Amino acid sequence: MAIRRLFIANRGEIAVRIVRAARALGIHTIQAHSEADTEMLAVREADEAICVGKASAADSYLNIPALVEAARKTEADAVHPGYGFLSESAAFVRAVEEAGMIFVGPSADTIDRMGDKVAAREAAEAAGVPVVPGSDGRVEGAAAAVEVATRIGYPVMVKAAAGGGGRGIRVAQDEAELRKLAPQAAQEAEAAFGDGGLYIERAILSPRHIEVQILGDGTDAVHCWERECSLQRRRQKVWEEAGAACLDEAARAELCRSAVALAKAVQYRGAGTLEYLYDQKTKEFFFIEMNTRIQVEHPVTEMITGIDLVAEMIRVAGGEKLSVTQDQIPRNGHAIEVRINAEDPLNNFMPFPGKVDGLTIPEGEGVRVDHFLSDGYQIPPFYDSLLGKVIVHAKTRDAAIDKLKQALEALKVGGVRTTVPLHLALADAPEVRAGDFHTQWLEPWLAAGNLTADSTGGTQ
Amino acid sequence: MADIQSPLPGTFYHQATPEEPPYKAKGDAVAEGDVIGLIEVMKTFIEVKAEAAGTFDAYVADNASAVTAGAVLATLVD
Repeated sequence: MAIRRLFIANRGEIAVRIVRAARALGIHTIQAHSEADTEMLAVREADEAICVGKASAADSYLNIPALVEAARKTEADAVHPGYGFLSESAAFVRAVEEAGMIFVGPSADTIDRMGDKVAAREAAEAAGVPVVPGSDGRVEGAAAAVEVATRIGYPVMVKAAAGGGGRGIRVAQDEAELRKLAPQAAQEAEAAFGDGGLYIERAILSPRHIEVQILGDGTDAVHCWERECSLQRRRQKVWEEAGAACLDEAARAELCRSAVALAKAVQYRGAGTLEYLYDQKTKEFFFIEMNTRIQVEHPVTEMITGIDLVAEMIRVAGGEKLSVTQDQIPRNGHAIEVRINAEDPLNNFMPFPGKVDGLTIPEGEGVRVDHFLSDGYQIPPFYDSLLGKVIVHAKTRDAAIDKLKQALEALKVGGVRTTVPLHLALADAPEVRAGDFHTQWLEPWLAAGNLTADSTGGTQ
Repeated sequence: MADIQSPLPGTFYHQATPEEPPYKAKGDAVAEGDVIGLIEVMKTFIEVKAEAAGTFDAYVADNASAVTAGAVLATLVD
């Protein structure tokens, strides 16, 4: 293993996760921290720690020169970026490599390519991965729009080719509606952008969010099955599962196969995730983007496969081959993760950076809690609100939901309002129990008043 | 003199965006409920509002500075 001293350029629960994985591999760990994070758990657990700047993330965890200098000063030979912050910054990768260190993740070129929506879509298409079908470029006039829509299938979304940010998007359910909408949309686009050109793509109205975990060593690549993350609020995932119970075996096999094809095509090195929209009605899936880093919800995959994804990404960064072949990656039972955020779900998810006064972490067979808390810890207000994740594993999805409820009831984070009441209410919701939801489900459910002090028995 | 305190710990901003002027300047009339700044807490921006009317005197906490809950952000004169 080429890596002996690993610098962790992140904070919070993922920093703890990386420190522990690295130590288990016999690697010396060096934890970066801001002035506001001197007391955090990863600083205490790492072999050494170094301050990289002021509390503001721009001055510390996003400060490339300061991080590279700190890594060099502490004689690190590799840098793990975690998720968020600089984990998908090609500039950071280049700075780390120019300083003679290994970046634990894909190459800067891969990050550049997969981070660009158009380039990523092209790479996916070239690898035979389905993307949301659309017009190849702009469409002029209703007749041309109908021709494209007939080819890609209804319902279709009509957008201004020159537009952006969702402005002027219309949905046509059938040809008659499209013939009516297309001229209006063209007129509006002309008025708004001075360009009446349209872009048409299939509308996937209530998609499920399904993603595939992949691992690559630069030559070979494998998948570690899929996750479903359809329960989202403000585009943030709140509850994630492995596997996706809505998929049949044929769809699952094809989805995972396509992900490996793309990973191999771009000679992917490290852990990555391909995100898809899944149309449950037509059983079609469409690639939307690739995340070139470890993800928050990686533990559910670890629970069903037994693979340590963080250790594996460190090993391949150190030049090793993948330690497993595809047929050695099982899919056992069902796992669920919920995000425990310092937010008050009964007060419009208002941030709650309190001081932890009494901490009880649930334990037991099939229960895992990744977090960075300790009793008496003052949660800093400067970073995002994720405190940790409760992850459960059981033979069936039903049993996993039951186990989740028990674990959440046993979790006590005194002095802090958290999203636990949300997750308890979701665990009791008939739609969640039935797996009957999609990415547009949670917000209306909240807006309809399904989460109140009465429904949850009050706050903690 | 009346103090406007921070409702939450976080980072205090005098302006809505870096391009805009500060919400208030010395001598401005302040009505109850007027926004005088923003607190960024856990990546969420929360408006800081005056709880009483008065005349704006000065910001006490610097722009983009870390503040604790209850810290004095600005003062009003009656």
